Amino acid sequence: MRLTECLPGTRILAFGGYQPATVVTNDELAATVDTTDEWIRSRVGIASRRIAGPDESLADMAAAAGGKALAASGLPASDIDLVIVATCTPETPIPNVAATVATRLGIAAPGAYDLNAACAGFCYALSAASDAVRVGTSRHALVIGAEKLSQWVDWTDRSTCIIFADGAGAAVVGPVDDLDTAPGIGPVVWGSDGNLADKIFIKDRGSFLVQEGQAVFRWATTALHPVAKKACELAGVDPTDLAAFVPHQANLRIIESIARKLGAPQARVADDIVHAGNTSSASIPLALSRMIERGEIGSGGAVLLLGFGAGISYAAQVITVP
Amino acid sequence: MAMTQEEILTGLGEIIDEVAGVPADQVTPDKSFVDDLDIDSLSMVEIAVAAQDKFGVEIPDDQLKNLKTVQDVIDYVRGAGVSA
Repeated sequence: MRLTECLPGTRILAFGGYQPATVVTNDELAATVDTTDEWIRSRVGIASRRIAGPDESLADMAAAAGGKALAASGLPASDIDLVIVATCTPETPIPNVAATVATRLGIAAPGAYDLNAACAGFCYALSAASDAVRVGTSRHALVIGAEKLSQWVDWTDRSTCIIFADGAGAAVVGPVDDLDTAPGIGPVVWGSDGNLADKIFIKDRGSFLVQEGQAVFRWATTALHPVAKKACELAGVDPTDLAAFVPHQANLRIIESIARKLGAPQARVADDIVHAGNTSSASIPLALSRMIERGEIGSGGAVLLLGFGAGISYAAQVITVP
Repeated sequence: MAMTQEEILTGLGEIIDEVAGVPADQVTPDKSFVDDLDIDSLSMVEIAVAAQDKFGVEIPDDQLKNLKTVQDVIDYVRGAGVSA
């Protein structure tokens, strides 16, 4: 047996994001369930969210984000030989979304699979793609986080329908020859705890998403800042040198609490949740692509990503902005 | 030796100042978290977590709804028999 030699490292070449056109405001929700704009803003930090149209599929959103990232990378589709879609809301158990999306983007015969680590999914997929490129099983990889949570939400349940939304985000991963001078993707810190599996779940195909908000809030505000700090440590980046912190857009209060404990007061903290809602595995690449588009974080900046959610599962890594 | 009422009150004042931005001098035993200090259920979770670090007493989520005033928390912490 023979193994290929590992490359020194990997980096992100480009990001892309996609949000469906339909905006749902807090006032619109308050017209159908017992809630208010003020309550939603103060508890979760959301002002409005986007919901997929009736004929808009998960693959449509994933392909839109993936296509943008691919175009921004400047690579021809033929240079991609791995497509990973992180999602916990596939419309069909089979086929997977990744192969369909790859074909739509003109990527011929790549390795293609879906990955479910819920809201941590993008960071898991990014790590898997980075490892594949580094060991030489793929030259370039397209990583997509995409969710259509609207189809799993009970729109009469005021504790969940105010939170979850639809969208997609993507990144193109490629090799780096010289780690000293090039941007990179740092080592992942990841984990899970099945003891808390009953805190966020969808029981079966006929059921809606259920979340024990207080328990999730307690876990997220106590267990995650050490994970975030460890990812910085492994990457050799001090939190005070981060250009930005882009955690999963779960709840603005959770984001602010972790950011406070991280000790990176100079870092721009993503608050995309305000107008995107919680889009699970899509939230990190979606937030990042929008921050880059708006010029909020410049090329070469070190950014800490932190995904966390149902499973429970979590993953963090530091990346350099392309 | 158990912590005194005053020690716990001072510690709680510091916690509530940090978590919810309520000045410590407003945190008096008779104050209601919701009605007087404008502290919601998520902030109560953060206060419980910080109280566990500071006083070594775990306040589970299912107990939080019973702790309506500052004095309720002081009593809970003291009742748990914390030693300083």
